[in-house]
Amino acid sequence: MTLTPRSGTTVIIISFCVALLLTILPLPDWAQMLRPQWYTLVLIYWTMALPQRVGVGVGWLVGIVVDVLSGTLLGQHALSLALIAYITFEMHLRIRLFPLWQQSLTILVLLLLEKLLSLWVMGTVGQPTPPLSYWAPPLVGMLLWPWIYIVLRDLRRKFQVS
Amino acid sequence: MLLAVVFSLALMIVDHRQQHLESVRSILSTVTYPLQYAANLPLAAGYWASEAFATRTRLQEENRELHRENLLLQGRQQKLAALEAENMRLRDLLDSSFKIGDRVLIAELVAVDMDPYRQLVLLNKGSSSGIYKGQPVLHANAVMGQVVHVNRFTASVLMITDASHALPIQVNRNGLRTVAIGTGRINELELPNLPNNADIEVGDLLVTSGLGGRFPSGYPVATVTSIRREPGEPFALIKAQPSAHLERAREALLVWTLTPPGRDDTETTSAQTAEPPPPEEP
Repeated sequence: MTLTPRSGTTVIIISFCVALLLTILPLPDWAQMLRPQWYTLVLIYWTMALPQRVGVGVGWLVGIVVDVLSGTLLGQHALSLALIAYITFEMHLRIRLFPLWQQSLTILVLLLLEKLLSLWVMGTVGQPTPPLSYWAPPLVGMLLWPWIYIVLRDLRRKFQVS
Repeated sequence: MLLAVVFSLALMIVDHRQQHLESVRSILSTVTYPLQYAANLPLAAGYWASEAFATRTRLQEENRELHRENLLLQGRQQKLAALEAENMRLRDLLDSSFKIGDRVLIAELVAVDMDPYRQLVLLNKGSSSGIYKGQPVLHANAVMGQVVHVNRFTASVLMITDASHALPIQVNRNGLRTVAIGTGRINELELPNLPNNADIEVGDLLVTSGLGGRFPSGYPVATVTSIRREPGEPFALIKAQPSAHLERAREALLVWTLTPPGRDDTETTSAQTAEPPPPEEP
């Protein structure tokens, strides 16, 4: 824990709100299956960039909000997002040094892990196994990562979030 | 970290098994309502614009069409009144109870995508309109689903085709009772509990039986589309297609069943009373 002044909380909150908005925005059926996990991507970015501020707690809270928004079991997304935040926190020093394409691959693994955790929960409560397209969003998320990374990094620098 | 995991596991178990978390969820969903509202805006604006800029001729045409439909429905309604009176008289003779009628409220679907692997939709009316958990939801006289979560402004509806939904039904032709279970696909229901020799045919209309105590009886649910009878299996494989156009619905009717005449909840003024649907003769 460093004692640097905290600034730019609004930027973080707004970025999460936009991610959640994109999550529930109505899309045509074919695109719905490809919708990336916006909130996970944003969470990974902030955990990586500001591990002293955004971490497991924030991930858990965002997960609860996602659960409420999407009508899933309360705690399903909270569990997976908290875990993702934890893993990102553990690896943030390494991920930061990776070139972008390598980062994307790491992100793919994290996104797949989130989907896997959700799948376990769904299996436990007796929902049917989703089709193969269930695994498409992490791939889309991986392809989107460089852009999200650049946009959020520029935002962070512009508003001097620290 | 461990704390978060344990806490989410506990939350999931409680949420799955018990009803205590309903209030937490409803508070949280009231907080997130602005997000849903914002997500709905583009589509709502689109509808508004298409209505505002509709041409005069198109409006006239639509008006004429609605007028014609209204006439038709009124004609049918006349017959219904007579039938209802007759039905009441016959029931009186048999000394059996009769339901007075159902009160309905029209709600619009909010254009918000929820979990793509569950059949959930969001309505723009909530507990402030008197909607309660477990309330049946209809779409143009066919069953659509039931309310699973309510907050002040919105209600989520679980469609009958969700894999966790089961609906007590009967075959309209002969009164054969069974349960229709959702498959997770939006246009398919399954009837897994009928034996191979059950009297059911392709094209049979399935209506609610009212046995669960949650749905009023006599509303159309689905039509049987395929029956497969495997000689080795004890049960037939029966599929049915919901009568409501679940994937295209934009409005939904919320129903209050008025069973005992004394105990009706009259909280909303915008609600109208509607007659129960005509019992269709085979």
